[in-house]
Amino acid sequence: MIRYIIRRLLISVPILAIGSLLAFFLVAAAGNPVAELKAKPGVTAQQIRDLESSLGLDQPIIVRYWKWLLDFLQGDWGKSIALGQAKVDIFDSVMRALWITARLVIGAEILAIVLGVSVGVLAAVKQYSIFDYLATSSAFLMFSMPIVCVAVILKTYGIKFNNLLESMGLDRWLSTVSPAAGGFKGSFGEVIFQYTGTYLLPTLSLTLISFAAYSRFQRASMLETLNSDYVRTARAKGISQRRVIFRHAFRNALIPVSTLFSINSAALFSGAIITETVFGWKGMGNLLVQSIRTFDPYMLMGWLMVTASLVIVFNLVADIMYGILDPRIRLA
Amino acid sequence: MPSDPTLNPLGPTSLPPAGGATVATASEFDATKARKQSTLIIRRFFRHRLAVAALVVFLLICAIGFLGPLFWTISVEDTSSRGYLPPSAAHPLGTIQTGKDMLAQLIIGTRLSVQIALVVAFGSTLLGVLLGALAGYLRGAVDSAISRFVDLMLIIPQIAVAAILVRALSGSWYTVAFILAAFGWMTVARITRGETLSLAQREFVEAARAAGAKTRWIIFRHLVPNMIGTITVNTTLAVASAVLSEAALSFIGLGVQPPDTSLGLIINENYSQITNRPWLFWGPFVIIVLLSLAVNFIGDGLRDAFDPRQTKVRA
Repeated sequence: MIRYIIRRLLISVPILAIGSLLAFFLVAAAGNPVAELKAKPGVTAQQIRDLESSLGLDQPIIVRYWKWLLDFLQGDWGKSIALGQAKVDIFDSVMRALWITARLVIGAEILAIVLGVSVGVLAAVKQYSIFDYLATSSAFLMFSMPIVCVAVILKTYGIKFNNLLESMGLDRWLSTVSPAAGGFKGSFGEVIFQYTGTYLLPTLSLTLISFAAYSRFQRASMLETLNSDYVRTARAKGISQRRVIFRHAFRNALIPVSTLFSINSAALFSGAIITETVFGWKGMGNLLVQSIRTFDPYMLMGWLMVTASLVIVFNLVADIMYGILDPRIRLA
Repeated sequence: MPSDPTLNPLGPTSLPPAGGATVATASEFDATKARKQSTLIIRRFFRHRLAVAALVVFLLICAIGFLGPLFWTISVEDTSSRGYLPPSAAHPLGTIQTGKDMLAQLIIGTRLSVQIALVVAFGSTLLGVLLGALAGYLRGAVDSAISRFVDLMLIIPQIAVAAILVRALSGSWYTVAFILAAFGWMTVARITRGETLSLAQREFVEAARAAGAKTRWIIFRHLVPNMIGTITVNTTLAVASAVLSEAALSFIGLGVQPPDTSLGLIINENYSQITNRPWLFWGPFVIIVLLSLAVNFIGDGLRDAFDPRQTKVRA
């Protein structure tokens, strides 16, 4: 198992390396960070050239890539060269943004898996019941919803709910802005109050979308296993319904779902970008949009490398789950 | 099922061929004449009531987008009205901040969103099927090259790459469409590769190869027609996901840019008005949801039509 993990991680090194080269070209082609300066009055061509050479932008792209790569591997991810960013350290900014996003995404993903899988199993076991119709149609609806709209609607009704609370003489509970920088303060009850208020709506918007995918997938895969021969055999042997469902069918029905986990992990990041924009969180989504707007090449590289590595890790986790659920798939 | 009535050993007056529906309608009963596979699929699709309703909704939305300008003649560029007018006879959905007519915006936005979705779906399917079939059929070095390339493309979130490229190139609707297609073919390629791997082992492919058929002939005449069900269903699903991707991209301001517009951009420009002028938000919202719901239902119907075994319930 450990050998398998190590081998998989080693295989991903060249993929990441080629990916970083392509990403570097992509980012460099996207635009020139000093281009905006050129349009400003009173800036001479000489000043721009000086700035470009001090930033290393006058060198050939391969040279720049090589320098970036060597620094990157040594842990120096560079400084932001965007205007108005005051040369912030990229590693710090990316990690700070990642920490904010991770707390949001991990919670939402776990919730979505637990809810999606249980609803999917129930809907399959009680096929064509009212519960099944409700679950299937709501999943279908959520599956077709743009996450933008879910987030905007939740935010609007969150504010209305707050107004209602206030009119009843209570504190405003749901927060529709980024969590406070210094963490939550106050007594234990207050922290819980602030924490839930801040996380509830963004987590809910992300959860609803992923939940739809998981429950649909789980229902289909559970139906397929429930109709397979070995489950009929198990029933024929007189094993209790509960045991058939959980011991025989459920475990196998989880196998295809673990594939969805790896596909969904990259999609979840995209969803987080939108959710963060709506709720004004200063996470990875905000960082991406800002860096693209200002053509901040090294910040974008840092962002892309972190997300790419995360996707690789998620894929590995999915494959390991695959191996645990289905021992026939050997991991060695 | 015999494709030629003369091949039917029971003659023209026999029962409907085996494998047909258990409850045969009158039209089916006298139909001992030849029926092509495609006719059967179309019939099965039209028996799926939800899918047909979805098809109607989809065509209606397309009609709003493509035929709307014939009936609603206020130009999208017309800024002569005041901004944020409430709905009235002159402006059934009011005006947006700049004084443009919302209904005219919606019509153009719907058209461009549908165009983007269709270009993305067909472009990515074409690319994905081609690369997937090549990888699955040729195997060896070609397969590893294409598969590694797919792995590479999958590790970076599509929305991030698309946003960077839109900023670099332009925000016209076709640039957005081509970018989304160029970074959205990987799933189709994986599915096609898997199907091709198993199809290529079958006797008819071996026979074709023994008869001296070229790779291109085998792929387009033998492999692709046998995967047409999977491919079609995936294309419809790609339409739905392209609608949503475009909306997401335009929402963060890195998708379609003015003077072009799209449903995502309209939502981006108007969502802050959801409490004060709800019609500005709910209009584009309803169209997006109906569009992707309809396409998803059509996809479901097609899947059942192509592969009726999946819907049979054994209990």
